[in-house]
Amino acid sequence: MRLHPATTERAVVTLLWAMAGITICALAFIIIFILAHGLPHISREFLADSPRSMGREGGIFPMIVGSALVAGLAVLIAAPIGVATAIYLTEYTREGRLTAVIRFGADCLAGIPSIIFGLFGFVFFAIVLGMGLSVISGALTLTLMVLPTIIRTSEEAIRAVPQAYREVSYGVGSTRWQMVTRVVLRSALPGIGTGIILSLGRSISETAAVMLTAGSALRMPQSLLDSSRTLALHFYILSREGISMTNAYATASVLIIAILALNLFAYWLMSRFVARVR
Amino acid sequence: MKKDKIIAAILTVTALSAISGLALITIFIFREGMPIILRTGGGEFFLSADWRPRDGSFGIFSMIIGSLAVTAGAMVIGMIFGLGLAIVLTQFAPPSLAAVLKPVVELLAGIPSVVYGFMGVVTLVPLIRNRLGGPGLSVLAASIVLGIMVLPTVTSISVDALQAVPRSFWEGSIALGATRWQTTRMVMLKAARSGIVAAAILGMGRAVGETMAVIMVAGNSIEIPGSILAPTRTLTSNIALEMGYASGAHREALFATGVTLFVIIMILNCVALSVSRRSARERSFR
Repeated sequence: MRLHPATTERAVVTLLWAMAGITICALAFIIIFILAHGLPHISREFLADSPRSMGREGGIFPMIVGSALVAGLAVLIAAPIGVATAIYLTEYTREGRLTAVIRFGADCLAGIPSIIFGLFGFVFFAIVLGMGLSVISGALTLTLMVLPTIIRTSEEAIRAVPQAYREVSYGVGSTRWQMVTRVVLRSALPGIGTGIILSLGRSISETAAVMLTAGSALRMPQSLLDSSRTLALHFYILSREGISMTNAYATASVLIIAILALNLFAYWLMSRFVARVR
Repeated sequence: MKKDKIIAAILTVTALSAISGLALITIFIFREGMPIILRTGGGEFFLSADWRPRDGSFGIFSMIIGSLAVTAGAMVIGMIFGLGLAIVLTQFAPPSLAAVLKPVVELLAGIPSVVYGFMGVVTLVPLIRNRLGGPGLSVLAASIVLGIMVLPTVTSISVDALQAVPRSFWEGSIALGATRWQTTRMVMLKAARSGIVAAAILGMGRAVGETMAVIMVAGNSIEIPGSILAPTRTLTSNIALEMGYASGAHREALFATGVTLFVIIMILNCVALSVSRRSARERSFR
């Protein structure tokens, strides 16, 4: 028997919507589940205290500092390199063998798993360059990891700037560099910012790479050469070793709130950018 | 003018940092990992399922199988739901709803992998243990968690591919009297095929490379999984679990595990790149 196309249509559409519904519910469930278990345990003490007895008691302040240092430093280093690469690719060269090589490098880097970055950072930054398991080793490893994202998003943002802007800038006698910094970058800034913020989010979420490069010391890092445990790694250790479920939930909630806030901010910036170039 | 030349030179050098990073990673991973593969003979390292670091026997066959099993399971779940969601977003949902749902799906990609793993441990693993039997920590649990994790990748690349199909294709099909599903199946999915294949391959790369979430839900026992309810260990979790205390030959063997993973990922990357280049070419012909 052959089903009538309209019957198939109805069945398939129902099925597809059900699948979409399940997916969205799964996302909502993850976020609500973690926040419902974790939010009640977040207090000022939890955020501002140091952990006691391996994190069973006390707070997560050193980990907040660790995450901010490692992720912030990574993005601080990666952003200028990534934006410069994007400027080079869009404004300073024509498509050729060199751009193909640069793009290939960025695309491949984007696909490499974080554990490989971790292994590399461990031998190269921690051992060969003698930085040890430290904030700076972790940050440099994450720099390589987020670089492709920053290149890609900056390139897209710069390409979206209308050609007429460039022509007008040349028309009034500016050099290429003046045109890039005063016209193109200025209009592409929100788009570039979106990529940078998303990279910051990714750096904060990262666990495997920082575990092998920044170590897991519970103390507050005194210098960039000190080991420091990030929030994501602290959460992993708390839950995996069964140290404290309540503190695990609370730490995860802090992480999720940070990621949500960063994503919303990035989304808001992007919508501003789209409104501007249109 | 001279200043502009200097700036151009600086930008060129900076632009080479991504490819230099890739080169450094390749050199150092191979430098640390290759010796033990060459010493034991590739055959033994890759084809023996005997991993006993204390006795000096290093065979990663069971982890290769573990990675394959978990990735295959993740792709089934990720592709069915990810592509389904992409079809709903581009073909059936009203644009205003799609505009809200797309960033929500992208948000899914931003959640830390440890959180996915943790959710798997507290909800999925007990469910599997009580309803289906076995230890709960299993290929199945890892597949479901990874499937959810690759879903945003699959969805957002498939959405881009479907949106790149010219509107006239859709209009032509509808004008011929096809239903929306017939149009989707016979016209849109066919036209977006290479983009969807690229989505699948990139999703596969993510699934093979994921570490922390898999450690938390897969059980990590070193044996070839006999069923989807059996625990398993993947290449990635092998590295992350043992790197903390490994030294000497053991550490070399973990780097060699990294070499294996690296080669798999590079192959997937290159296939994905050539497929998406083809889809870009197809697009420019239209």
